[in-house]
Amino acid sequence: MPDYQWPDAEHRTLIGKRVARVDSPDKVSGQARYTYDIKRPGMLFGKMLRSPYAHCKVTSVDTSAAEKIPGVKAIEVVQKPGSTIHWAGDEVVAVAAVDEATAEDAIRAIVVKYQKLPHLVSDAEPPEGAGESQGPISMDDLGDMLDNQVPENQIISLIKQYGLSFKPTENDLKEAKEEGVPDAILDAARSAEVHPEAAGKQKSNYQKAASQSQGDVDKAFSEAAAVSEGIYGAPVITHCCMESHGSTSEWIDPDHLFVHMSTQGVSGIAGQMAEPLKIPAANIRVHQDHVGGGFGSKFGPDRWGIATAKLSQKAGGKPVRMMLERDVELQVAGARPSAYAKVKVAAKKDGTLVAWQSRSWGTGGPGGGGMPPIPYCFAAPTQRKEHTAIRNNIGPARAWRAPNHPQAAVLTMSALDDLAAKLNMDPYDFFLKNIELTRLPNVYKEEFPIAAELIGWKEQWHPRGQNISGNIARGVGLSLHTWGGRGHSSDCDLSIHPDGSVDIKMGTQDIGTGTRTCIAVVAADALGLQVKDIKLYIGDTQYPPSGGSGGSTTPGGVSSSTRRAVVDARDALFAKVAPALNAQPDDLEARDGSIRVKNDPSHSISWKEACSKIGATPITTHGHNDQVAAKNKPDLTNSGVGGVQMAAVAVDTETGIVKVTKMVAVQDCGLIIDLRMAESSVMGALIMGISYSLFEEKIMDPTTGRMLNADMEFYRLAGLNDIPELKVHMMTGKGYDERGVIGLGEPPAVSPGAAISNAVANALGVRVGILPLTPDKVLAALNQGSSQKAGA
Amino acid sequence: MHDDEKSVKDSKELTEDRSGVSRRDFLKISTIAAAVPVVAGPKMVMAAGEQVPVHGPGKVPMTFNVNGKSYKATLEPRVTLLDALRDSLDITGAKRVCDKAECGACTVLLDDKAVYACSVLAIEAQGKKITTVEALMEGGKLHPIQQAFVDNDASQCGFCTPGFVVACKAMLDKHPDPTADDLLRELSGNLCRCGTYAGIRGAVAQAARKGA
Repeated sequence: MPDYQWPDAEHRTLIGKRVARVDSPDKVSGQARYTYDIKRPGMLFGKMLRSPYAHCKVTSVDTSAAEKIPGVKAIEVVQKPGSTIHWAGDEVVAVAAVDEATAEDAIRAIVVKYQKLPHLVSDAEPPEGAGESQGPISMDDLGDMLDNQVPENQIISLIKQYGLSFKPTENDLKEAKEEGVPDAILDAARSAEVHPEAAGKQKSNYQKAASQSQGDVDKAFSEAAAVSEGIYGAPVITHCCMESHGSTSEWIDPDHLFVHMSTQGVSGIAGQMAEPLKIPAANIRVHQDHVGGGFGSKFGPDRWGIATAKLSQKAGGKPVRMMLERDVELQVAGARPSAYAKVKVAAKKDGTLVAWQSRSWGTGGPGGGGMPPIPYCFAAPTQRKEHTAIRNNIGPARAWRAPNHPQAAVLTMSALDDLAAKLNMDPYDFFLKNIELTRLPNVYKEEFPIAAELIGWKEQWHPRGQNISGNIARGVGLSLHTWGGRGHSSDCDLSIHPDGSVDIKMGTQDIGTGTRTCIAVVAADALGLQVKDIKLYIGDTQYPPSGGSGGSTTPGGVSSSTRRAVVDARDALFAKVAPALNAQPDDLEARDGSIRVKNDPSHSISWKEACSKIGATPITTHGHNDQVAAKNKPDLTNSGVGGVQMAAVAVDTETGIVKVTKMVAVQDCGLIIDLRMAESSVMGALIMGISYSLFEEKIMDPTTGRMLNADMEFYRLAGLNDIPELKVHMMTGKGYDERGVIGLGEPPAVSPGAAISNAVANALGVRVGILPLTPDKVLAALNQGSSQKAGA
Repeated sequence: MHDDEKSVKDSKELTEDRSGVSRRDFLKISTIAAAVPVVAGPKMVMAAGEQVPVHGPGKVPMTFNVNGKSYKATLEPRVTLLDALRDSLDITGAKRVCDKAECGACTVLLDDKAVYACSVLAIEAQGKKITTVEALMEGGKLHPIQQAFVDNDASQCGFCTPGFVVACKAMLDKHPDPTADDLLRELSGNLCRCGTYAGIRGAVAQAARKGA
C-alpha cells in the first residue's frame, strides 16, 4: 500500500513554504488569456435585450425589423410570450451580429410588449405577522424555481415537504424533461402529494422560513444580569467580478460544440449545457485558461451562455461571443442575500452568555432565501429565533464568498459586542469567556492573543466612546468565524516522461486563488523538483474532471488527487531506478533534482538520468480524491477551521467618514500548501471585507424596480487608498499541519463586517447597526445617540 | 447629454485633461487622417470659423503606432481605442471592465501618459505612441515593475493587473520615488476586486527602490 500521507515538516521541500504564484508572469505581462480575450475567426458578437421591468409578463415579441438589419446573423427568443419576468434586466431576446454596434442596433429594433405586474424591491422589515407558511407549490412556483436556478435538491425537498397544488400530467412532465428539467425533480413531482384547493391562491412576498426555540428563553432573560437589544444587518451586495460573465460558443460540426467560458467550474459546464442543447455532454468541449474573478457567482452556463450556443447554432456554427456589459453584470449576475435582525441577548454578571432571541428577515431575490446560521459560532444555551424570507424582485441571489456567514457574523458578533458593553466588559474577555460555546475553542484560544498582539489590543481598547480627540474617534473591534472547507472530488493524470519532463492534466481552474501553484507545489515537493519543472494542463473538459472552485473545496481536492498521482508515479520511478543504485525501491528518496538512497545520499543519480531508465513510454498515473470518502475517513484533506480578526478605525464625527486604520487576521487552514498564496488569500479577504463594510450596497429604486448604482462609480469598491496596514498570521505546526489540507477562500471573508462594525461602536459609543458604514448612517447614529443621552 | 454650452466646454476640458488630446491636436490628427486615402472622404464643415473634416458615420481607415509597430484598420469613428486594440488588433492586455472610465483596467500609455483606453476614441489616438502592457517586457525579461508585481504577489485573478502595471509605470516615470500623495493621485483610478492592494503597494515600493 503506497504511503500517500503528507510528509512531515522535515521532509517537505516546498509544501508550507512561500512559493511564488506560477502564473504571475503571464498575468503581469498581459499574456494571460481570459474568456473575454478570446477572438475566433469570423466571430460574431452577441447582445441581449433585457426586461426594463422588475416584474411583468412578456405578451409579444416582434423581431421582424431586427432580422432585416444587414449584419444580423441570428436571433433567439429566450423568454417567449407568456413568460413571467422577476427582475429588471432579465433576458428576453438574444441577437448575434457582425459587430457589437450592429447587435445593439438590432436590439433596439426588436419590439417586446410587457404586461406590468406589481413589484417589490425593498427588503425592509416585514410587517408584523406578515410571514406566511410556505403552502403547496404551484406550477408557476415550480417554473420560477427552475428558471431561477434554485438548486435541484432544494426544489425536491420543498416538493416533498409541501406537495403540489396541481397534478402534473405525463405530458407536462415530458415537456419539462425536454426543456432540461432533471429526472429527480420530475420523479418528485410525479410522486408528490397534491392539494388542488391551494391552487390559484396569491402568494405573499413574505414567507416564514424558520421558527425554532430551545430551552427556557424567558426564564434565562428574566434571571440575566444584563440584556442587550439591537437591530443589525447587511444589505444585498453584488459580486462585481472584474471579468464579467460570458462565453464564446462555436459548433465545430452539427453535433459538437466548443465553448470558452468564464467560470469557476469548468468540469461541470458541459453537463449543464447538454440538456438544453439536446446533445450529449461528451460532445461539448469547455475551455478556460484564466478567469477574472467569480467569488461564487460563476458556476453555471447561465441563460445567456445557453443563448450564446443557440445563436451560434442558428448562425451556421460561427463563433459567437457574449460577455455581459458592466451594468448588466451588476444587475443580474450575482447578489449576496441580505440579512437583518432584531436581536436580544443576555448574560450573567461574569459575562456568561445565557440567551439569544432573534427576529430576522432578508431577501435572496425571487426565491426568498433562508435564515443565516445564527447565533453564529456561539451556541447560546437558550434560543428563540424566527426568520421571514422576503421574495422580491431585486434579482437572483448567488453564493458570495462564504455564503450566509458574513451576514451571520454581523448579526451575532455585533449583538454580543453590545452585550459586552452593557456589562462594561472588554469584548476580548467577553468572547473568550464564552469560547467553550464554540466548536473550536482551542483554536480560538491560541489565535486570540496573537491577534491582540498584532493590533495592540491591550493598548488601544478603551471603554466605548472614550478615545475621541477633536472630531476623530478611535476604536477597536473583533470578530471570529468558522468554515468547513473539505476537498472536493478531483481527478488528474500525471506523467513522468523518459526525457525527465513531468506533466499533470486536471479539469480544474485557477480563479486567482493559486490553484496552479498549489498543484505544482504538491507534485514538485514529492519529486524533489522545482515548481517550474511541472507542466500543468488545466481548464479543459478534455482533462480528468475536478470540482468547481467554491466553498473553499479546491485546495483540499486538487492537492489530494495530485498527491496520490505523484506518489504512485514516484514509486513507479523508484522501481525502475532501484537496480541501478543497488537498492530497494523503498530505500530511495527524490530530493534536490536527484534520486538517492535515503541513508547514503552520495549514492544517487540525477533526475534526468533516472527518467532515462523509464523506457519508451512514460509513467502515467491517475490520482483521485473522493469527497465522500474523504469525509468518512479524513486523511489528506479535512474540514473545520477557525479565525479571529481585529480592526482599528478612525471615525470623523463631523463628516461621518470611517477609515479602517489597521486590520489583522489570524487564520487556521490545516496543512498549508503554499504560505504565500494563503497569506494573499487572507489579505484579499480583508480588503474585500473593508469594501463591503464601508461602501457596498445594491441600491434599488422602489418606483421603477431597477438598480440605481449599476456601475463602478456608484457601486463603490474599496480603492488602494482605503486600505490600511494589514497583518496576516497563519497558524501552522503542531495541532494544525496534521489535520490535512483545508480550504481558505471563504473563512477570512466572514469577519471583517462584524470586526469593523464593532470597532466603530467602540470609537463612537453608539452602534451603527446596518452595513455599509456610510457617513449618513454614522451621522444618524451619532444624532440618535446624543438625543438618547439628552433624554436619559 | 451635453447639450448646453457650459457642458460642452466642460467636456472639452475633461478631454484635454484625461487624454491629453487638445482640440487643436484633434484637428491636426483629423487632418492627417484626411490626408490618407479614405473610403468616403471626410465631409468638410465650417466650425468656429475653420474648415473641419467630419469623419463617418461609415468606416474610415486608421493607422496606429502600438508598441512600436504600425497597424492599419478600417473602423467607425465611434470605436474606442480599447475596442480597436482588443477586437481589431488582437492586443488584449488592456481589459474591458467598466467601459466608462471608472476602474482603470484598460489603462494604456498615450505618448507616455496613462489614459483610459475605453474613453479615448481610436481615431484620436492616431499619430500618437500607444503603449500597452505587452510592450513592457524586453527580450523575454519582465520589466522591473512587472517583476515587482510577481515578487509581491500583486495579482490574484489578474484581470485588473495589466491596468495597474501600466498605471504604476506612468507614475514611476513621473515620480521615481513616489510619496503617499503620489500614490493617492496616480493609482486611485484603478480598482481591484480580489484585494491585491497590499501586494501592489509592496510592488511600487520595490520598483521605486530599484529606480524603475
